[in-house]
Amino acid sequence: MLRLENARIDNGGFFLDADLTVEPGQRVAVIGPSGAGKSTLLGAIAGFYPLTRGRILWGDSDITYAAPGKRPVAMLFQDGNLFPHLTVAQNAGLGIRSDLRLDAKQKARVDEALARVGLHDLGDRKPAELSGGQQSRAALARVLLQDRPLLLLDEPFAALGPALKAEMLDLVATLATETGAALLMVSHDPTDARRIARQVILVTDGHAAPPAETKALFANPPKALREYLG
Amino acid sequence: MAVRAEPVALWPGLVAAVLVAATMLAALTAVALRAETQLGLAPQDWSAIRFTVVQAALSALFSVALAIPVARALARRSFAGRGVLITLLGAPFILPVIVAVLGLLAVFGRGGWLNAALGVFGLPPLGIYGLHGVVLAHVFFNLPLATRLILQGWQEIPAERFRLAAQLAASSRDVHRLLERPMLLRTAPGVLALVFAICLTSFAVALTLGGGPKATTIELAIYQAFRFDFDLGRATLLSLVQIALTLGAATLALGVSGQAGFGAGLGRVVQRWDAQGAVRKALDAALILLAALFLLTPLAAITASGLQGLAHLPSSVSKACFVSAVVACLSTLVLLALALPIAFAAAKVPLVEHVGLLGLAVSPLVLGAGLFLVINPIASPAGLALPVTALVNALMALPFALRILIPKAREEVRLHARLAATLNMGAGQFFRLILLPRLRPQIGFAAGLAAALSMGDLGVIALFADPETATLPLQIYRLMAAYRMEAAAGAALLLLVMSVGAFWLCDKGGRLAAP
Repeated sequence: MLRLENARIDNGGFFLDADLTVEPGQRVAVIGPSGAGKSTLLGAIAGFYPLTRGRILWGDSDITYAAPGKRPVAMLFQDGNLFPHLTVAQNAGLGIRSDLRLDAKQKARVDEALARVGLHDLGDRKPAELSGGQQSRAALARVLLQDRPLLLLDEPFAALGPALKAEMLDLVATLATETGAALLMVSHDPTDARRIARQVILVTDGHAAPPAETKALFANPPKALREYLG
Repeated sequence: MAVRAEPVALWPGLVAAVLVAATMLAALTAVALRAETQLGLAPQDWSAIRFTVVQAALSALFSVALAIPVARALARRSFAGRGVLITLLGAPFILPVIVAVLGLLAVFGRGGWLNAALGVFGLPPLGIYGLHGVVLAHVFFNLPLATRLILQGWQEIPAERFRLAAQLAASSRDVHRLLERPMLLRTAPGVLALVFAICLTSFAVALTLGGGPKATTIELAIYQAFRFDFDLGRATLLSLVQIALTLGAATLALGVSGQAGFGAGLGRVVQRWDAQGAVRKALDAALILLAALFLLTPLAAITASGLQGLAHLPSSVSKACFVSAVVACLSTLVLLALALPIAFAAAKVPLVEHVGLLGLAVSPLVLGAGLFLVINPIASPAGLALPVTALVNALMALPFALRILIPKAREEVRLHARLAATLNMGAGQFFRLILLPRLRPQIGFAAGLAAALSMGDLGVIALFADPETATLPLQIYRLMAAYRMEAAAGAALLLLVMSVGAFWLCDKGGRLAAP
């Protein structure tokens, strides 16, 4: 269970307040106008922005001051999710050991993960030799190997076409269900939220609301959501 | 965006930066403590100061005045070989001074091609030694640099402006008044100051083409005070004067010039609708041809006479070749050991970058003199001639290496730091897995420059070496001083091949396996 307790996040002078809980295995969309603080919320959970008050808890442990790599978090950014000079297999392998000293067993796990996302024979390719969708799959293979209980998506599929984006989101949802990881995804698109998220965190004017049931929220939107949806 | 945890270690860069600063400061302090200021400057010192300033000013003036029309011609004409020519304009940077001097002697010297041609018409021969020889050599080295920098200014004028000018039916003169003159007023002062600053610390050119009471630079005077009179008081006093001059000129150059890049994006030609007449085209073609001839003829001359001289090489040359190769390797390693950590630290704390500028503000001979004073009480300076030369060469190459490495290091950290942080990658792993492979081309290029600069350097080694030790450039100078010009030319050809070869090897090595 992830809990932000009376937290105020500092993103270089922009502040976001959050007091909310995300249940284990839950799938939550983070929506709201641009500049409202959606990425700031995810960035703080991942450990990139400090809190000026409050704390972040994972279960019973306080992770407010933990380094990004020491948190129970795997994150996909808008871009730069793969190192361009490493092969797809190496990029995925970073999810197991960040020094890439993998033994045979671990290499087999990498192959397995690549197969799971549909990249069986492409382990030796460099990211530039893959299509946009395949690059997303490679990053997902790494996330799978990282095997963290919380997956954060900061619009990693924004550059893909609508059909491909939907395909990727479905894959993410399937993988999250398989591993039991909770999912937090920033989205501009309400259809994305309806598609895979059971709950929605609405971020407006420097405030992140606690998760609300997606269906109920869209059926009876509050004023801020009505303004955002137009 | 504020990333809290960056996977770059700061301390190795700080240690390297402190080492660099401490070395420079130790040398400068030794000089300052030793200087006998109450002696005052002798008349010959004043004449060295005067000559230094006059030759640097003339060199800057001629280089820039000639570079402007050449750059304009290159900016508005496209022709086969343009790219090669622009690349060649960068070559003097790695060309050993002594090789260029021998090339210039072969063309403009007493028995050179030019005087042979003059003789055919019954004209008296021209001499190359003295002020005009020094200025000629400096223009040979700095005309290409000035041309590249000014060409960059031209190419930074947006193509849309030329289109607008064409729409307004602007003549070539109008375009010049509207677009080109403002750009030149912005660019040229910086280039003038830069060339002036470079020529202030001229040593090897003054050593070979100058000399005597009328044509001695301060650097040369420091060397002479050291070697011939062993007058440390005078040498250090001159060093103080040189420090003041270089600092002043470097500050001036940094103040009025922007970032002098390594010519990225010089490849494209902006389409121009003015300057279409046949006369203008012919004029531009002639300018480009003349500039190319001025740069290539001395190189062709040294290659021609060098090939003949190869048969007359004394055994001392092969030993010097070996010494030079070792010094260049050592110097390159020292440079990388300093530049890499500093560059990565500078990606995090930009202030660290400025330590590299110390190398521009302190001249090699002053640094050498200071290190001599530091070493002299402890050990024999002659015994340490080669390591000190390698160290000084590395310190002189440091500002250039940092300028090559830092932008790319910064870019890589910006792009990949967050992902590395979520993967719990430590600084060591980030260095090994990300920075080193991603920066390979830049590291190769920087190493190549350092190797070539060190290979061709004739400076500190002349101050420290005893008659038994010599790098190849010093050995060439000794052959010249003994009037064994054929052997000197042969050795110069060897040095040219070694310098260019060292640069090529490193640069190619960096690009070859680049991801």
